Parts: sequence; C-alpha cells; structure tokens
Amino acid sequence: MSLLHLAIISPFLFAIIIPILYKLFRQVHTGWFVLPLPILLFSYFISFISSTSNQEIITESVPWIPALGVDFIAKVDGLGLLFALLITGIGSLVVLYSIYYLSKDKEKLNTFYVYLLLFMGAMLGVVLSDNLIVLYTFWEFTSFSSFLLIGYWYDREKSRYGAQKSMLITVLGGLSMLGGIILLYIMTGTFNISEIIEQAAAISVDPLFIPALICILLGAFTKSAQFPFHIWLPDAMEAPTPVSAYLHSATMVKAGIYLVARMTPVFASEGLWVWLIAGFGIVTLFWGSFNAVKQTDLKAILAFSTISQLGMIMSLLGLGAAALHYDDIESSFFGAATTAAVFHLFNHATFKGSLFMVAGIVDHETGTRDIRKLGGLMNFMPITFTLAIIGTFSMAGLPPFNGFLSKEMFFTGMVRVLELNIFNFETWGMLFPVIAWIASVFTFLYSMILVFKTFTGKYKPEQLEKKPHEAPIGMLISPIILASLVIIIGFFPNILSNTIISPALESILPNNTIDVHISFWHGPTPELFMTIGVIALGILLFLTLPKWRKVYDLFPTKLTLNRLYDGGLAFTQKAANKITKTYMNGSIRSYLVYIFAFFIVILGTTLAVKNAFKLDTSNVSSIGFYEILLALAIMIGSISILFVKSRMTAIILLGSVGYTVSLFYVLFRAPDLALTQLVIETISVALFLLCFYHLPKELNKERMSFKLTNAIISIGVGAMVTLIALSAHSNKLFDSIAEYYIENTYTEAAGKNMVNVILVDFRGFDTLFEITVLTIAALGIFAMIKLRMGGGKKNENK
Amino acid sequence: MEIVMAIVIGVLFMSATYLMLSKSLLRIIIGTGLLSHGAHLLILTMGGLKRGTVPLLGEEASAYTDPIPQALILTAIVISFGVTAFFLVLAYRAFKELGTDNTERLRGNEGND
Repeated sequence: MSLLHLAIISPFLFAIIIPILYKLFRQVHTGWFVLPLPILLFSYFISFISSTSNQEIITESVPWIPALGVDFIAKVDGLGLLFALLITGIGSLVVLYSIYYLSKDKEKLNTFYVYLLLFMGAMLGVVLSDNLIVLYTFWEFTSFSSFLLIGYWYDREKSRYGAQKSMLITVLGGLSMLGGIILLYIMTGTFNISEIIEQAAAISVDPLFIPALICILLGAFTKSAQFPFHIWLPDAMEAPTPVSAYLHSATMVKAGIYLVARMTPVFASEGLWVWLIAGFGIVTLFWGSFNAVKQTDLKAILAFSTISQLGMIMSLLGLGAAALHYDDIESSFFGAATTAAVFHLFNHATFKGSLFMVAGIVDHETGTRDIRKLGGLMNFMPITFTLAIIGTFSMAGLPPFNGFLSKEMFFTGMVRVLELNIFNFETWGMLFPVIAWIASVFTFLYSMILVFKTFTGKYKPEQLEKKPHEAPIGMLISPIILASLVIIIGFFPNILSNTIISPALESILPNNTIDVHISFWHGPTPELFMTIGVIALGILLFLTLPKWRKVYDLFPTKLTLNRLYDGGLAFTQKAANKITKTYMNGSIRSYLVYIFAFFIVILGTTLAVKNAFKLDTSNVSSIGFYEILLALAIMIGSISILFVKSRMTAIILLGSVGYTVSLFYVLFRAPDLALTQLVIETISVALFLLCFYHLPKELNKERMSFKLTNAIISIGVGAMVTLIALSAHSNKLFDSIAEYYIENTYTEAAGKNMVNVILVDFRGFDTLFEITVLTIAALGIFAMIKLRMGGGKKNENK
Repeated sequence: MEIVMAIVIGVLFMSATYLMLSKSLLRIIIGTGLLSHGAHLLILTMGGLKRGTVPLLGEEASAYTDPIPQALILTAIVISFGVTAFFLVLAYRAFKELGTDNTERLRGNEGND
C-alpha cells in the first residue's frame, strides 16, 4: 500500500469517522473537519506536476484479486492528474462553500459529508485506476453516492424522483460499460488499460471490437449526460447546490469524458468511434444550448448549459481521435481539437462551478431561483453580480475570459473538420461548423439571460420571500477563487499548457508530442468572424426574446424524452404486472397444468429429438393369467375413480386399487411389501373416510366436472410415463448389483430375509430417516389438531 | 409382463394426474395416492419381474428376485403414507377452519396479493 493508494482511499476512511465527529462536536460545523482533507490531497497531487510534465508516469500496484487479474493499480499520468486536481481542488472549494450554505442546525450534516467524501474517493479512484475492473468499481460508487446526494432531502418527492432517474440511467450505462470491459478482457486477456493500449492495433480487427466500443461508449454517454441520456441531469438539480456545483458540473459528469479520453488510444483506429463521439457530442451541444434558453429556473439553465458544454468537449475529443490516423500530427488540426477539449474541460469546471455557487447564493439570499421573480439584484449583491458576469461571459465565450480562448479553439477544430478526408467526413463534415456556430449563438443567449434577467431589470420585492442582501463572505470565497482562475487563465493561458494540458494530451494521444501554445490573438481568422457573428446575432436575439420565444411552444409537449422515459418506466411496470397476473392467477390447478405440460413437452421432445424410444421384447418375462386379471382390475378401478359420482365410492375404489397392488406384490414375490401395503392401505382408507365424514354436506353431491385440458394433460402424462418406462426397460446397460446382497446376506449380516437385511443392515440409514419422517408426520398431525391460534377457538365452539 | 405393467402404470399416472387437476381437496389427495401406487409399481417393474423365488435364503432356490427395489419400495410406501396422513389431516383442518374444500376458493386474502 503506497501513499498514492492511501490518498485515493483516504476519503473513504475519513467518511467513517465523520459521524463520530458530528456527534462529539455538535457546536462546530462538521464541514470544518472535512475541509483539510481535500486541501491536503490537492497539495499532494500538485507535487506530481513536476514528474508528469517530464512525461513520467507513476504507477503503484496493490494486489486485490490476483487470480482474476484484478489488481488495484494506481497510475498518475497527465490525464489522471488533471482530473485529480479538479476533483480535490473544486472539492475543497465546495466543502468550504457548503459550510456556509448548509445550516448546522437544520441539516443532517453527518450524512451529507459522508456521501460527499464517498463521492470524492470514488471519483479519485475512477481517474487514477489503471485496472478496468477497479475503475468500474469506483465508477459505480460515484453513481451510488450521487444517488444518495441527489436524494439528500429525501422527504421531497422531486428529490426522490431525480435520484431514482439518475440512478437508473447511469447504472444502465455502468452495466453496459462492464460488458465492454469484459469484451476487452476476452480480446486482450488483461484488465489493465496500459496493456490493452499496447494491443490496440491487434484487437481492432477482432469481431468483438465494435460491440466493446459501443458498450463502453454507452457507459460514457450516460454518465456524461449526452443526448439522449441527458434527461437525468436537469432532474438531479434537486440536490443541494454545493452538490450540483461539484458533481453535476465539475466532476462526475466528466467521468464519461475521462473514459472517452482514456480509451481513445484503444478505439480511435475505428471510424465509428470518431463519428459516434463527434456526432453525439455536437447534437448534445446544440440540444442542450437550445433547451437552456427556455428554462426559467437558474439551476435548470445551468444544467442544460452543462449538458451542452459536455457535448462540446465530447465532439472535440471525437474529432481529436482522428489524429491517430495521421502521421504528421503537428501540421493537422487534431492535436488542436484535443487540446481544445482538455483546455475547455478545465475552463468549464472553473466557470460552471462558480456559476452554480452564484445560483446557490441567489437562492439562499432571496428564497427563489425563478428568473421570472428575480431582477434588479445588482444593487443588493454587487459581488455576486460581478462573479456572475465573469462566469457567464466566460461561458458565452467573450474575451478576456478563459471561455473565449477555448471557444476560439473549438471553432478552429470545427472549421478544420472540412480538411478531413477519412470516414466520409468530406461529405457530412460541413454540418459540424454550422451546428457548432448556431449552438454558440444559443450559448451566448442563455448566458445573457442568466446574468441580466437575474441582476438587472426591475426589482420585484413583492415576489421574493426574503429581503435580498449580499451573501456572507465565507460563501463568496469559493466562487471568488474560481472566478479569479477564470480571469487568470484568460490572460495567462500558457501557465497551464506545459504543466497540465500537455501531459494530459500525452495520455490521450500517446507517442505524439504536441506543442501547446494558446494565444489570444490569432489574427483575422474565420474563428474571429464567427465569434463576432455569434455576439451580434446573440445580442439581437436577446433583445427580441419576447417576440420569438413562442418558437418553443411549437414543439409538441407530448413528444419529449422525459415523457418517453416516464412512459417507458410506467409501461414496463404495467406490462410486467399484466404478464405476471396472466399466469400467476392463484389457482393451484393452473400451476399444476403448467408443471405437467412442461413435463410432457420436455420429455416428449427429448424422446423425439434423441430418437430414444426403443422397445426390446427379448428381456421381458412371460404373462400369466392372474397378472392379467389383476392388471385389468387395477386399470378399471383407477379409471372408474374418475367417473364415480360420490366420493364414498371413490375412496372405496382407491382402497381396491391399493389391495390389488398388494396382490401384485404377492404375485411378484415380495411378501414384505404385500404385508406393509395391506396394513397401510387399510389405515389410509380409514383416514380418508374420516376426512370424508367431516366434509360439508352440500358439497357431497358435487360431481367432478369434465375438462378437456385436464383430460389431454393426464393422458399425456400417462402416455409419457409408459413410453419412458418401456424405453428404460429396453435399454438396460448393466446387470443388477443384487448378486452381492444375495451372497452376503447370511455371511455378513446373519439374516435370511434379504429385504429386511438391506433395510436395517446394508442400508440402515434410509430406515433411520424414514422413521424420522413418520415421527415428524405424527408430531405435525398432533400439532395441527391441538394447536389453534386466535380464530380457531370460535369455530371449535360451534 | 413388463409391457403390460408399463401400461398399467401409465393408466395409474393418467388417473392420478386427472384427479390432481380437479378442484376438490379430497380428490387431489386420492390422486396422490394413485400416483404413489404407480411409482411403487414402476420401481418394481423396472427391477425386473418374476426372475426367481422370494428373496428369502431359506428357500434354497437357484435364483432370487432382486431384493433392492423391494427395499426401496418399502421405504417409499412408509414415507408416502406419512405424507398422505399429514395431508389428509391438513385437508380436514383446512375445511374446519375455512369451510370449503374447493381449491379455487382457497386463494388467500384479497388484500394480500
């Protein structure tokens, strides 16, 4: 166990003592105890920068299930480190923010911080594991802790709904990912990502390669809220705002992106990978930004904006993956597309985190997040307003913030799609820059709505629950830090390029050195004019918003993905219920019909398919007169039971069958059987008569109604037993072991009655437990007659 | 003879199945009785019929009937008797408590499903 392993699991360990601290120190906000851990982890991970920027990879391994090739391999490379820094850095800020956001008197802080720490540990595990099974384990841990955090206010209906929805969707993807991992294992024989990458070229022709690719992508798409699996993210906004800021903007939703980036060296040789990721990404980008404009809840706007930005990063990663098909990577744009993805990944975490915190502050200080009720808060909350301006302008892609830089790089990537000459991009590639540009207009639009509808315009005090005022300084620290990062990276982007981005690129596109240089001014390039166009059209649309807002009403309300999800869920439940009710009808007769029918079908088919029926008369014994007589008697007796009118006759006929059976035992040389059968048949008939006596008078005359199905099934069962008996008898393979008993009954066991010697000497254990069966039956009967609970008493008195 | 016995056993199984598919508890138990008769005769028949004298050494015969199926059947008879007796008393008690022996009406509480 190395220090690195300890760092990954430290949040789990720390989560154990949180409830104790919470109970011991009730007057201190539990968050203060939590805060040092992510800060410590952050500084620990900072120390790796020097080694990763020299392209060193730190690997530590601890055996977990060595027999299955599952070891906890912790690996720090550029990509893992970038994520680890985001997780711990934003984690610290979110914990700090939550200390001021959540009241220590009203909320159950112990559960909150336990869940949050579980999540943090799980997320670190996802990004720092080299073994796919370990990665999957941590992956499901993030789904699980996210479920707990979304349902934090579990007394609210909507929280529970959102938690369930996100759970179902992300677990669906998680399971499919597990399938992909197993397929990869079948192809390569290892779970370790670095070893799989080494075999990437060899497995790309395997027939399992495409299924594995699709399974893994499904996992990534559900986790990262890509179209059409994005529907869980807006409903996850029922979580407390620190959770939304941390999980649903900066970290968990990027797990899918991490997975795509991580698996790019494995799958990028396949055109489908490039197309699927770039295609779904660009659709998500558009759909998210388009829908964000119509939202009225601050957090809903941010949720759709997150979806859209994730789509943007995804599409860049997809196009960047095409890089592995070219030799001269520096001259092509793919390196640039991947750089843009990684850079925007970082930028998005900073500005989206701060925006969620701003939304939380507005909610906290006014009591509402509805932009129709908000307005004119600029004068009350100047600092919050400034933070919102920085965040939204960066999101919209305006200079001088970091969003501007990544958006320019994004446009570069999209415009240069046209240069691609593989995977049919030359025909459809044209769509990419067009959709990207339209989506950017919408992005600009909702960013402006977000900030100006909230902070400018008319102040509506009558609609607010509280009198707004500036938030406490503690709540502002975290968004201020994030916003300063937005500006610092905006002005000095190259502080990141060699330390963080370049090593991350090294992991996504191995064996290629890309010189990362992000510059503010490209000169009069098409990207610049695209940005100017976005701003111009965006402002125009923003000013005329009331006039064209009705466009959204044109969309059918019945045909949404959410309705599809809800309807699908309800339909599944209803259909399952219906199917179960059709065959589980509570009638014992139906169940017997199923069992017997199954018996007939299975055995009949086996006989027919295996051609097993065989009749061999060489081995049979002669037929005697008495035997025929008895056989007729027994057949007539048993068949007439079916047709008799009274139960009395039925019981007497059953007795006659039993006595005939004992006569058979006499004829077939089995004296002990004949004796036992005689006695037991007598007792049984007596018992039947006892039951008969107590049965209701009005049912006495009930006749057995004839049913065709019953007749068919019973004839089938009878025929099947006969056929099997005949073929079994004709297929005798070995002689009996009876000779041993016949020879040794006297010499070994000192008895002359072979049957009795077998029962008590050779096979005495059977007899012991047969005695036990009788004892239990006797005790059971005694208990049934003697013991009555509650209601039994009054029937007895009647 | 084994062929005749196979048919007899088939008839016993058929009647037993038909009775077990009926609605009345008593008939179901009669059905299980017939079924065990069928099973016992099946064991005996499969062991081979009439191949010697009774399995008693005092008979001094050259060939004896196979004693193993007989021992198995003896065990089975006793066990099926125990179970039948238990079932009969169960049916009797069920009728006492519930007032019916019709299995279609023995479906548990309406509210509990």
